[in-house]
Amino acid sequence: MKRIVFICILLLTGVSLHAQTGAPYIHDPSSIVKSDGKYFTFGTGGGGLISEDGWSWHSGAVRPGGGAAPDAIKIGDRYLIIYGTTGGGMGGGHASKIMTMWNKTLDPDSPDFAYSEPVMVCESLVDEDFNAIDPGVLLDPTTGRLWLTCGTYFGHIRQVELDPKTGFRVEGNEAIDVGRNMEASTMMYRDGWYYLLGTHGTCCDGVNSTYNIVVGRSRNVNGPFIDNVGRSMIQGGGKSVVTTEGRLVGPGHFGRYIEEEGVEKMSFHWEADMDQSGRSVLAIRPLLWKDGWPVAGEAFREGTYEIQSVRSGYALELEVDFIRAQGAMRGLGRGNEPQPNVVLEEQKLEDVAGTWPEGVIGARNGYYMGRPWQRWSVIPVPEAGGYLGGPYYKIVIAGTDRALAANDKAEVETVPAFTGAPEQLWRIDQLTDGTYRIMPKSIPGHDEPYALVSLGDCSPTLAPFDFKSDNSKWDFRCYSPVK
Amino acid sequence: MKRSFRILLLLALMAVTAVQVQAQKKNSKIDVAEALKGYFKPVTTPSATPDAEGFIRRWMILEPISKPNPTNRVFTDSYTRENLSVEYFPDQLTVLPKDGDKVKVTMEYQPPVNLSSNRPAARPQQDQPKFVKATLTWHALDSDHFFVKLFRFATGLDKDRYGVIFWTVTVINCEEDIENVRLAVGSNKAARWWVNGEEVLLLAGDRHMGVDSAVSDRVTLKKGKNILRGVTMNGPGMSEFCARFIDDTGKPVTGYTITCN
Repeated sequence: MKRIVFICILLLTGVSLHAQTGAPYIHDPSSIVKSDGKYFTFGTGGGGLISEDGWSWHSGAVRPGGGAAPDAIKIGDRYLIIYGTTGGGMGGGHASKIMTMWNKTLDPDSPDFAYSEPVMVCESLVDEDFNAIDPGVLLDPTTGRLWLTCGTYFGHIRQVELDPKTGFRVEGNEAIDVGRNMEASTMMYRDGWYYLLGTHGTCCDGVNSTYNIVVGRSRNVNGPFIDNVGRSMIQGGGKSVVTTEGRLVGPGHFGRYIEEEGVEKMSFHWEADMDQSGRSVLAIRPLLWKDGWPVAGEAFREGTYEIQSVRSGYALELEVDFIRAQGAMRGLGRGNEPQPNVVLEEQKLEDVAGTWPEGVIGARNGYYMGRPWQRWSVIPVPEAGGYLGGPYYKIVIAGTDRALAANDKAEVETVPAFTGAPEQLWRIDQLTDGTYRIMPKSIPGHDEPYALVSLGDCSPTLAPFDFKSDNSKWDFRCYSPVK
Repeated sequence: MKRSFRILLLLALMAVTAVQVQAQKKNSKIDVAEALKGYFKPVTTPSATPDAEGFIRRWMILEPISKPNPTNRVFTDSYTRENLSVEYFPDQLTVLPKDGDKVKVTMEYQPPVNLSSNRPAARPQQDQPKFVKATLTWHALDSDHFFVKLFRFATGLDKDRYGVIFWTVTVINCEEDIENVRLAVGSNKAARWWVNGEEVLLLAGDRHMGVDSAVSDRVTLKKGKNILRGVTMNGPGMSEFCARFIDDTGKPVTGYTITCN
């Protein structure tokens, strides 16, 4: 669900921060896992990335065993790492093994950091229609059973069952073929559906890689997984989840991260980021759900918006006098005299800003009229860090430095000038239904992770986020720019 | 002083007195229970509780003070604050009246409404407003509905219905402190609200009544008496409000009783 109206594209200014910052260089990233307060993802060839905040990433994760395209999952108080021992056999043999190993922590600086001895759970022979690499795992929340899929274009995607207590293959388990025409498979579960995800297209060709992520679903964990037009994944089907976006090329290797109900992220890599030398980089996007299908959300774009409460449709605005705009009513017996149409001027900032108080001005919600006190510029603040998938933003009245801020009463207001204080920095998460959660980085004197909430139609405040309530949700809407 | 001027002054005083007497006569003839039937009942019990959804139905309501406004366009924040900051009667921000208490006010005269016209009778711009003295009465009432239909309070008592100001007050009695609650008001039209003397809401604009339209910052309802006071000003249209306390999740707060004083 694309809530951002893209006719606003001409209004956007500055650089859009689409990719993670730091040195997010990785190929075939695992699902992101949190350990010891940090985020980790592992990639092909060993090692991986660490992030303190989920936005700035750097190398440093440690994974022995080499090979390709690992996955990671937390089970209980331990972490299970799964990887293929080879990188696939283009033009040669396809013998490979899928290995699993445990660790109490993923932080290499922790005294508890120690991998268990890897064990083999699946293998492909040198010349069969299967290539045991690119593993992905699902711990079925309905049964507690652990499922692994793996494979490439060379034959089938296979599914095997692991023991979640040991990480070993369940004794006697027979592999099932569940897909073809893809690699980088993984599974997820939601609302009675099992989803098999994979990556179509060609990898490892820089800006010419045609990688793209697809999905099918089934009511049964073992499939068959069917796409949106009725094709089975084992017939090569797959509904699109995310494709190349402009200068970001070739998404592949899906991973899901659930922060809380309604706040989900998907991780993958871009085969090539044309703004970073065409290198393969980590991507984190909101994971949206539309009609029971996963869809990649948009990276939030800097711009000038109406910030609309989903509760009421009212717009966030300054608590200032409504200044009437020029343009007398016509029709209803008034102003019907024959005359050429004229284009009316929109109200401009300079028409009204002089009437505003100089100090703190409250914030409220009101009918959106496109007025200067309702137009907000949302601008990333790179030096302020970020969170999983995005940088912190300042939210200021367009054309001014007047900034939205949390205060020590856990209420929201505006201050005359943005100072960079944490209570003036905002986290913006697109939710699974396409709307947005807006949260201050911190609230003076409060530890609660409150979000911007409309408890009343006209009354934004800071209160606990509740995905089930439209009070907690916002849309960013953008219209033609003021001339 | 010339004789002609003295005569004019005498006539003016007689006119003001006549208006005042007429207003009092009108009031004295009205059976309040019958006049407000379908909207309010006179209070007959010592205390009340909020209804199942938390709405406060017991109020002391003062008969409307005339403040002619031929349009709703005027209700900006500044106008609302300015005009609802005027002292209309002594101790208006502290008084806890009893049923039948009287208040003397000086208010702007407006001609009787012409119900056969669909336009308010606006005072010609070149004319200066005329002021009259009036004695208004507080009424202790229980609303029949979750809302308080000020408009029907006015029409039922045969008072000015458009361009008027309604003062309302009630007492919230708590057995213990209730922290972090919010006053949630729906209002037609502009209004100011206070909890224990502290302004918690200013409602501007050509607004209409919706449940929880505006919600205050967090307040504490302290153990004992808490005074909830509101003043609502309308233009040429309906006037009503609904009020309740809610918590941080929007759920109604109901653990208190309501009395008139």
